[in-house]
Amino acid sequence: MYRYDEFDATLVGERVAQFRGQVERRLSGALSEEQFKPLRLMNGLYLQLHAYMLRVAVPYGTLSSRQMRKLAYVARKYDKGYGHFTTRQNIQYNWPALVDVPDILDDLAEVEMHAIQTSGNCIRNVTSDQYAGAAADEVEDPRIWCEVIRQWSTFHPEFTYLPRKFKIAVTASQNDRAAIRLHDIGLRIHKNDAGETGFEVIVGGGLGRTPYIGHTIREFLPKKHLLSYLEAVLRVYNLEGRRDNLYKARIKILVNAGGVEKFTDLVEAEWTAIRKSEIDLPTEEIERIRAYFTPPDFEDLPAESAVLEQKRKGEAAFARWLRVNTVAHKTPGYAIVNISLKPVGGIPGDISDVQMEAVADLAAQYSQDEIRATHEQNLVLPHVKKDDLYVVWQALTVQDLATPNIRLVSDIIACPGLDYCTLANTRSIPIAQRISERFSDLEQQEDIGELKIKISGCINACGHHHVGHIGILGVDKKGEEFYQITLGGSGAEDASLGEIVGRGLSSGDAVGAVEKLVHYYRNNRQDNERFIDTYRRLGADPFKEALYAAA
Amino acid sequence: MPLLKLFGSDLVPALEEPLQEVSLEDWCDNPQAHADATALVIENDIGVEHIAEDLSSFGIIILMFPTFKDGRAYSQARLLRERFGYTGEIRARGDVLRDQALFMVRCGFDAFEFAGDDAFAASTALAELSFAYQPASDRAEPVWRRRLDRPAAA
Repeated sequence: MYRYDEFDATLVGERVAQFRGQVERRLSGALSEEQFKPLRLMNGLYLQLHAYMLRVAVPYGTLSSRQMRKLAYVARKYDKGYGHFTTRQNIQYNWPALVDVPDILDDLAEVEMHAIQTSGNCIRNVTSDQYAGAAADEVEDPRIWCEVIRQWSTFHPEFTYLPRKFKIAVTASQNDRAAIRLHDIGLRIHKNDAGETGFEVIVGGGLGRTPYIGHTIREFLPKKHLLSYLEAVLRVYNLEGRRDNLYKARIKILVNAGGVEKFTDLVEAEWTAIRKSEIDLPTEEIERIRAYFTPPDFEDLPAESAVLEQKRKGEAAFARWLRVNTVAHKTPGYAIVNISLKPVGGIPGDISDVQMEAVADLAAQYSQDEIRATHEQNLVLPHVKKDDLYVVWQALTVQDLATPNIRLVSDIIACPGLDYCTLANTRSIPIAQRISERFSDLEQQEDIGELKIKISGCINACGHHHVGHIGILGVDKKGEEFYQITLGGSGAEDASLGEIVGRGLSSGDAVGAVEKLVHYYRNNRQDNERFIDTYRRLGADPFKEALYAAA
Repeated sequence: MPLLKLFGSDLVPALEEPLQEVSLEDWCDNPQAHADATALVIENDIGVEHIAEDLSSFGIIILMFPTFKDGRAYSQARLLRERFGYTGEIRARGDVLRDQALFMVRCGFDAFEFAGDDAFAASTALAELSFAYQPASDRAEPVWRRRLDRPAAA
């Protein structure tokens, strides 16, 4: 993985010193909260319902065991012993004191971590495929380009006061695990007919109050032009994006208001003017970065492991975990291990300091020292030998990190909701907890198959409800919490936006509603259809009827 | 509202000379009527390309920050410098604060009508980050170029 050189380290250190000064000016009263707000946000510090919240960047979701241990240390020393992995592959601490934040950032800088641009109207932490570098289906490791973008976007002088926040995601696989069609810019690395690799550039996707699927504005951008092309998109957005209305300020509104052709013309014209400039990196620098992502020294192993096969036959629980939580690795004899942060009745994405230490130990011993955070609020050990899977499973089980539910009904994305957030109308976490309790039967979950439930506690859609196979949106009606169900969304390569199926339900009925929908699906699915496939085949009406008839 | 100008890498207080200002719109309507103007004011919702032909008529261009959060003038300044080759003064006016000064300098601003009373700390703010990852309108060498220039590790 990427390691800082003296330039990266100096900049992060200076940024902490700068923020320390800004915190001092705030504490002394020299800065008003209004003046301090954009400065703290640019350093990942929010003021939530009960306390400050610090969002720490995990660039493109990649962590070393040393970094994970530091995250555990921060949770223990400055917080209440836990952290929360988010839908943007970041980690949040919910209870830091303002006065401690510069010290936390100093501690994080020791392990090449920071909170830079994890909030504010700037280019945010770039996200990627959690299986990057391990996936059997990727064209190349997308993290090389994520790191290129990280450096270019860090402290970009022109794009730090954009109309609104700006999120970029990169994948190198047909199977989209990074939700690239739902980002301000999504980049898909692929090969053209001539066999060259380049980027499909997708712009204007997003969730929130007004969800849009992104538009492809360029099918194939040669890789060497990535940064000049991004700079052209950002400049058009910075100059033309709306600033009169917070809710219409994202690039998706600009792209869709004037039409994608007009927007594309503006970008291409801007790019023509700047493409010969020095924005694009020279080959030497790209190769320097690429070298950090050289695959680890994998052993030459047989594709199948005798140890594994023996244990699989002997222990049904292990066999289930293998089926559900592990994924094919590109190297024979290895597997990708998903660590579920969704135990039955748990808070999606939460992890204790003890669990973090355990994951760090496992990564150091069994996964080439690498850990990934996923946008579905789980973790990954990307490079585990099949021979080691049984001991890894045992160790994860002890820590309650082996719930075999990846992609299943209880692998729920939920925003923090009214338990933490100042924007929320309703709670999200308790709904997720109750659904996972209702579907705690593992055999039943596996039979139901892939089913993505996503819960947002308000229309800002941080829980991605628009792209849930079943989405749940909390709304406040005269002081009472109601939940609206949407069906048919997807954040993957078959991206689609869910549609609202009917009137809102009470929190008790919302959990029952999921049960009714699942029941209907199981009785009407064909062959190996997933929930979303059955929904797409049959349409909304029979599901609506199942949900509301005879209620 | 102290006026500071960039000299080298420092911001120093400057004498506020009376300016004869004209807005870009008025200038475009009737340049002859504003022949004695010394400074051009461009609002941040107007494309700077409209003045490309006449840039040499002005020694000072004033760009606006209605609030510090409205960052359009960063792009306007870069376009004036990098696309249209403007070499005169580019002055930031409005909600101009020390914590934004470094990025303004990087985008080509060299004069600042500071809104707050923290103007004199602004020079310090310019030195808070030693390197830049990306090229802009200042002459800061991007980090990748410094890396290329560094002697290879033994």
